[in-house]
Amino acid sequence: MSFLKKLKDKFQSNQSKEEVSDKYKEGLSKTRKSFSEKINDLVAKYRKVDEDFFEDLEEVLIAADVGVSTVMDLIDDLKMEVKRRNISDSHEVKNVISEKLVEIYYGDDNEESVGLNLQDDALTVILFVGVNGVGKTTTIGKLAHQLKSEGKQVLLTAGDTFRAGAIEQLSEWGKRVDVEVIKHSEGSDPAAVIYDGIQAAKSRNADVLLCDTAGRLQNKVNLMNELSKVKRVIEREVPNAPHEVLLVLDATTGQNALSQAKTFSEATDVSGIVLTKLDGTAKGGIVLAIRNELGTPVKLVGLGEKVTDLQTFDPQAFVYGLFADMVDDEE
Amino acid sequence: MAFEGLADRLQNTIQKIKGKGKVTEQDVKEMTREVRLALLEADVNFKVVKDFIKNIKERAVGQEVMESLTPGQQVIKIVKEELTALMGGEESRIAAADRPPTVIMMVGLQGAGKTTTTGKLANLLRKKYNRKPLLVAADVYRPAAIDQLETLGKQLDMPVYSAGTDANPVDIANEALEKAKEEHLDYVLIDTAGRLHIDGDLMDELIQIKNNVSPDEIFLVVDAMTGQDAVNVAESFNEQLDVSGVVLTKLDGDTRGGAALSIKAVTDKPIKFAGMGEKLDQLEVFHPERMASRILGMGDVLSLIEKAQDNVDEKRAKELEEKMRSASFTFDDFLEQMGQVRNMGPLEDLLDMIPGANKMKGLKNVEFDEKQIAHVEAIIQSMTAQERQDPSLLNASRRKRIARGSGRSVSEVNRLIKQFDEMKKMMKQMTNMQQGKKGKKGKKSKGFQFPFL
Repeated sequence: MSFLKKLKDKFQSNQSKEEVSDKYKEGLSKTRKSFSEKINDLVAKYRKVDEDFFEDLEEVLIAADVGVSTVMDLIDDLKMEVKRRNISDSHEVKNVISEKLVEIYYGDDNEESVGLNLQDDALTVILFVGVNGVGKTTTIGKLAHQLKSEGKQVLLTAGDTFRAGAIEQLSEWGKRVDVEVIKHSEGSDPAAVIYDGIQAAKSRNADVLLCDTAGRLQNKVNLMNELSKVKRVIEREVPNAPHEVLLVLDATTGQNALSQAKTFSEATDVSGIVLTKLDGTAKGGIVLAIRNELGTPVKLVGLGEKVTDLQTFDPQAFVYGLFADMVDDEE
Repeated sequence: MAFEGLADRLQNTIQKIKGKGKVTEQDVKEMTREVRLALLEADVNFKVVKDFIKNIKERAVGQEVMESLTPGQQVIKIVKEELTALMGGEESRIAAADRPPTVIMMVGLQGAGKTTTTGKLANLLRKKYNRKPLLVAADVYRPAAIDQLETLGKQLDMPVYSAGTDANPVDIANEALEKAKEEHLDYVLIDTAGRLHIDGDLMDELIQIKNNVSPDEIFLVVDAMTGQDAVNVAESFNEQLDVSGVVLTKLDGDTRGGAALSIKAVTDKPIKFAGMGEKLDQLEVFHPERMASRILGMGDVLSLIEKAQDNVDEKRAKELEEKMRSASFTFDDFLEQMGQVRNMGPLEDLLDMIPGANKMKGLKNVEFDEKQIAHVEAIIQSMTAQERQDPSLLNASRRKRIARGSGRSVSEVNRLIKQFDEMKKMMKQMTNMQQGKKGKKGKKSKGFQFPFL
């Protein structure tokens, strides 16, 4: 039985996830198509596995925004593997490629998908950080909806006091999903807003507090310091908080995503990543790079514009969505 | 600094070749490999990289290098020329319709920075070209997008046309155009909603707006951090809308911005502006050839000079020069000069533009402390008018008073006074030198110098 078949079986045995997988299939259709199509083209083009084949493979992977160093490592691994198993037919190597890719997705041992760290009977504080325009506020809106429909009492804090209209944007989301928003006026101190948010959450006995922050480029030291301050305020006011610091990443971002993840982690101890805008043509490659080079888990993915299009990141479903074409070919 | 990584990497590579008297084929191969990796890491599209490398290899291995006297430099020249060609030729201007108003449409993916850029562009049109723009809020989908543009309009004190979130964007565009004609506004900037290039319905909406208002410019707004996908996005928008130019945003981040290189190469549309910061005046005309120099770490002197011309009052500069010459430069003048340099923008940005500055020991990665300047200002401002005119008055007790007044330590005050004295001495020497030359060349010195750089 081929590896992909195993993957599929493994996946299908878990019937409850069927619905999720459809969402992934739909959301990732573009990603999957271009990516596995290229791998298939590649396999069709080369009968033999040689240097040229690997060079082309390298290009396919780089075009998918998998980081350069990740690709180089992967290619080296593949070459070794091909030699070891004595593979010369390009069709056989296809399996090895998927195997290796999956290995990176899963990491070494944890096959479990990592959910959000939500407290059962205490206040959970989640801080959202990221560069400008990645979709922080939208993600908060979507997550608020999700948590609320699970019966949690949610509170939002408008910590983006800088960008024009940001507070209104979060307020609008608050109205849509019927959740209260704590806000100050534009230009006020974000740490102060968050402080008020925490006090309000305590007095209202809220379950989850979602803290928005202004988008900032990671090389602006002053702004990153401001973010550290916000985090310090949360740490001081709620023990063990923030329970999650989520870095929101735009899936269309290239190699800079790594720099973002590194720098934001330094300032705020990022605990997870939200990968947004995955419904475009941008490839999932960035996920490979992030998991390989930083080990930070992806916790949520944005697969569309609808309120319900925010999904828990499920590596199995993700991989299945990415390789579905290839699995179907096998049958 | 934008493209820093690329510049560093290329510089390292080139440094290896620079020292050699002769460039072998093997050297070229090694170099192109490094260049290739650097470009790929910088998010330049892999197809573009391929062509680029091919061109360099052909030119570098060929006669050109072998016969030239300094082969290393010859290679650098080739890389630079090819890079400049890749970035696109001349800088391009913004269109103006024969019969106003000129209509500009802003399009792009979600979160690229369309609304902010719309505000910045309006500001630039007014400041630089003396135009009266109308901002049009045609993003009816994202919550509070209209509020955002209206807030920007308020900040800029400019008219904004909006019709709520229930209106059809096509109607909004039409009505806004009428309004602009009525009120004799000569530019109409339409801020559209962000959308995916593969979203058929929303792309149709853009095409409809385009057909209705026949814009003179369609700007595709692209995030400079975009990866390999930038090419797909740009190609797709261009095919459907025939965009007239590209605006790169968030270029003040540490992204290597390779996407910028490839967009031009693949779509053949010029990059017209670049967003360099969060403030509304931080939109700059994009200069491809200057950017190429910057990539190679050759500095961007032209931009620096332009900045200086924009912000330094020429008459005041002349007066200062006169004072330097006669050595009657006082703390007051010092304060003023500092103010003028500060007007030009953050010091870090200025340093980036000076050739070789990023290689200067100690300057690299130093975070320029703007506070330091504030401290100097505070110290000078704590002096009496007399003391500023005549620093020799500053005895120990006066220095103590100044330290208290400015909240700095006495040793800091002492250091500043010492530095000021030394600067004055240096100025004297420099002016002497210039006067010596003056007779021969008759060339006037530049109006200002940086005393504290």
